[in-house]
Amino acid sequence: MDLTNDDVADILALLDSLPYDALDLRTDRFHLTLRRGPGGWTEESEALAPPADVTPEGGSPDRDGAGQAGGAPRADGAALEAADADGLVAVVAPLPGTFYRAPRPGAPPFVSEGDAVGADTVVAIIETMKLMNSVPAGTSGRVARILVENGEFAPLGAALLHIEPDSPVPNDVDS
Amino acid sequence: MSGPRGIRRVLVANRGEIAARVIGTCRRLGIETVLTVSDADAASRPARLADAVIRIGPAPAADSYLNVEAIVGAALAAGVDAVHPGYGFLSENARLARACAAAGIVFIGPAPETLEAAGDKLAAREHAVAAGLPVVPGGRIGPGGHRPVSPGDRIGPGGHRPVSPGDRHGPGSHRPVLSGPVGHKARMESDPESAWENADTLAGRIGFPVLVKAAGGGGGRGLRVVRAPGELADAVSVASAEAGAAFGDARVYLERYIERGRHVEVQILGDGERVIQLGDRDCSVQRRYQKLIEEAPAPGLDPGLRDRLRAAAVALGAHLGYRGAGTVEFLVDADRGEFYFLEVNARIQVEHPVTEAITGLDIVAEQIAIAEGRPLRLGQGDVRFAGHAIECRINAEDPARGFRPSPGTVTRAVFPVQPGRAGRPCAVRVDTLAQAGATVPAHYDSLLAKVIAHGGDRAEALGTLRDALDRCVVEGVTTNLRMQRAVVGSAEFTEGGVDTGFLRRWLAAGKGDGDGAESAGTVRDQEGVDLD
Repeated sequence: MDLTNDDVADILALLDSLPYDALDLRTDRFHLTLRRGPGGWTEESEALAPPADVTPEGGSPDRDGAGQAGGAPRADGAALEAADADGLVAVVAPLPGTFYRAPRPGAPPFVSEGDAVGADTVVAIIETMKLMNSVPAGTSGRVARILVENGEFAPLGAALLHIEPDSPVPNDVDS
Repeated sequence: MSGPRGIRRVLVANRGEIAARVIGTCRRLGIETVLTVSDADAASRPARLADAVIRIGPAPAADSYLNVEAIVGAALAAGVDAVHPGYGFLSENARLARACAAAGIVFIGPAPETLEAAGDKLAAREHAVAAGLPVVPGGRIGPGGHRPVSPGDRIGPGGHRPVSPGDRHGPGSHRPVLSGPVGHKARMESDPESAWENADTLAGRIGFPVLVKAAGGGGGRGLRVVRAPGELADAVSVASAEAGAAFGDARVYLERYIERGRHVEVQILGDGERVIQLGDRDCSVQRRYQKLIEEAPAPGLDPGLRDRLRAAAVALGAHLGYRGAGTVEFLVDADRGEFYFLEVNARIQVEHPVTEAITGLDIVAEQIAIAEGRPLRLGQGDVRFAGHAIECRINAEDPARGFRPSPGTVTRAVFPVQPGRAGRPCAVRVDTLAQAGATVPAHYDSLLAKVIAHGGDRAEALGTLRDALDRCVVEGVTTNLRMQRAVVGSAEFTEGGVDTGFLRRWLAAGKGDGDGAESAGTVRDQEGVDLD
C-alpha cells in the first residue's frame, strides 16, 4: 500500500513546524522524500511493494473477450524486420501503438497487398495514447506485404508494411 | 430503491490519477477499495494505493477497462458493494450500470436511462431543447439518421445538389462525385452508404466551418473541424473511425463551429428528485478539444449570464431527473451574452478539483452518498463559493514535436505539496499517477498529473499556480510542463476570459515550447483527445 495525498499532508503538517528541511522516509512499502525549498515543499515518491493481487485462480474473471479487438502484443522480430534487399521500402510506426488496418472496426482496410499507393495514401492508423495517427505510405508504389496483424501493438519504428516503389530508391532512403 | 444502502467496499473500475483520487476519498471514508487493473497497470501507483487489485485483462482498453463482463466479474469476485467507474472508459456506459444492478451491485453514477440520454449526444441535444436550453445549429447525419430538410433551408457551397423535402438517400441511391484526395478514394468507396453524402448537404445548410462530432463520444474524441466542403468526407470518416473504436458507436453529427466561443460548464449534483449546482468552470484553454487548463469560477463572466448558465444546467438536470454528479457543458459567446448547450457529462470530470477547491466539497464523497440512496446532503443555499482555483494538466506529450505522445517510464517525479489538514482544501493540490518507476503505457491517455492552485482571488490562485508549476519536475517521459508554465505566464491568460481558439493562436504565433509549430514531427492527423 502506498501513501495517499492525505497521508502526505499529515506527515508534512508534522514536519512543517520542525527545523528540518528534508525528510527521506523509506520503508518496505514506499519511499517518500519531502524537501523544503525557496518556493515551498516538494514531494517525491517511489513505489516499492507490489500491490495485493486478489485476481481469482485461473486469471481474470473474464478473459473470453480478450483478444477480439486487440490480440496479444507480439513485439517480435517479424514486426521489427527491416526492408529486405529486394528494394522494398518499409513503412514504419511513427510512434509505439496499436496498428489498425481500417478506419473503424468492420470497415474494409485502407490498403491490401497488391494495392497501388501514392506517397500520401493513408495505409494504416497507429493509436497511441488515444490519438489516432494516420500513417501515410511515404513512397509511391505497390503494397508488397503487410507485416503486422490488425490490432497488434507495434513498437516505435517497427516495420508495418513493405512498399515496392515505383522507381528504384537509394539504399538509405528515409521513410 | 428501499432506503439507503451502506457502501463498505468499492471496485474502482479505472486507472491513473482518477483511480488514485477515488481511492483517497474511499480511504478517508473508511471504505475498502479494490482496483481493476490491466496487465499494463498491475504495478501502478493507484494499484499500490488500493487495498487490493484484480486483473481484468491485457493492456488494450477494449480487452480490459472497456470490457463490461470483466468489470462485473471482478466486482462479483471481489465481493464489493459498489463500482466507481471514474471518467472515460465505461463511466457513462448504461450496459455496465444495468449489469451492476442485475448483479446486485451499486453503480456509482446516474441511472442507465440518464446515461443513455446523456451519452447519445444527439438525444442529449433533444433533451436540452425540451428543457428550454439553446443549442448550436446542427443535426444528425449518416445512413440511419437522414435529417429531414425543410423547403426553406439554404443549400450552401457544400451541398452538391438541392435536396427536396421528400428526398431520401437509401442504400444504393446515387451519390455525388467525390472531390476528395485520391488517397482516400478506396476508403470512401468501400464505406457503406455512409455519412458523407448527407453530411455534405447538412454542412452546406448550416454553413462552414462545421464541427463533426461523435454521437457516442465525449470531450474531444471523434471531433473534427471542417473549414471547406472538400475536407468534409475525410473528416467524417476519421471522426467516425475514432468514435467507432472508442465507443463502439460510429455515428457522427454536425454542428456549426463557433470560433470565438468560451467553454464554460456547470457542475451539478442530483438525487433523482432535486438538483443543485456547484458553480461554473471555464475550460477554454484547449488544444484540439483537449482541455489543458481549467478554472473556477469562469473569469470575467457577466453576473447575469453566469446566473442563466447555472439555472440552465439545473433545469436540464431536473428535466432528466438527474441522480449523481454531472456536468453540463456550454459554449459561451461572451461578447453577445449568449450561450449554447454542448453536452452533458454524466460522470465525474477530470477538472472537478477546481470546483472542490472553491466549494470545499468532496464530489466523490457526494457521489458515494447519492449512490447509497440518500437524498442530497446539501441544499443550494449550503453551497458557498470561496476564492478562485486553476488546474493545469501535465501530459506525457511533446509540444515541440507536434504534441507527439510520450509513453515510457517516469524516472523521477517531484511535485509541490503543502502542509494542511487531510480532507481540507489546500492552496496546492496535485493528483497524479506519476512517481519514480511509474509506467506511462502507450495504450491509454497522456494525462500524468493535475496541478491545482487555490487562492482568495484569481490573481492569487495564478501566482500560486506559477510557483507550483515551477516546483514540478518530471523526468523519463517528455511532458508539456514548460509549455504550461509559459501559458499561465502569458499576458492573455493572465488577463482571463480567453476563448477556445486562444491556445492555437498563441502556439501559431510561436509563443509555445520550441518552435511551437503544430506541424512539427511526422505525426499526422493528431486531433485531440481525452475522454473528458
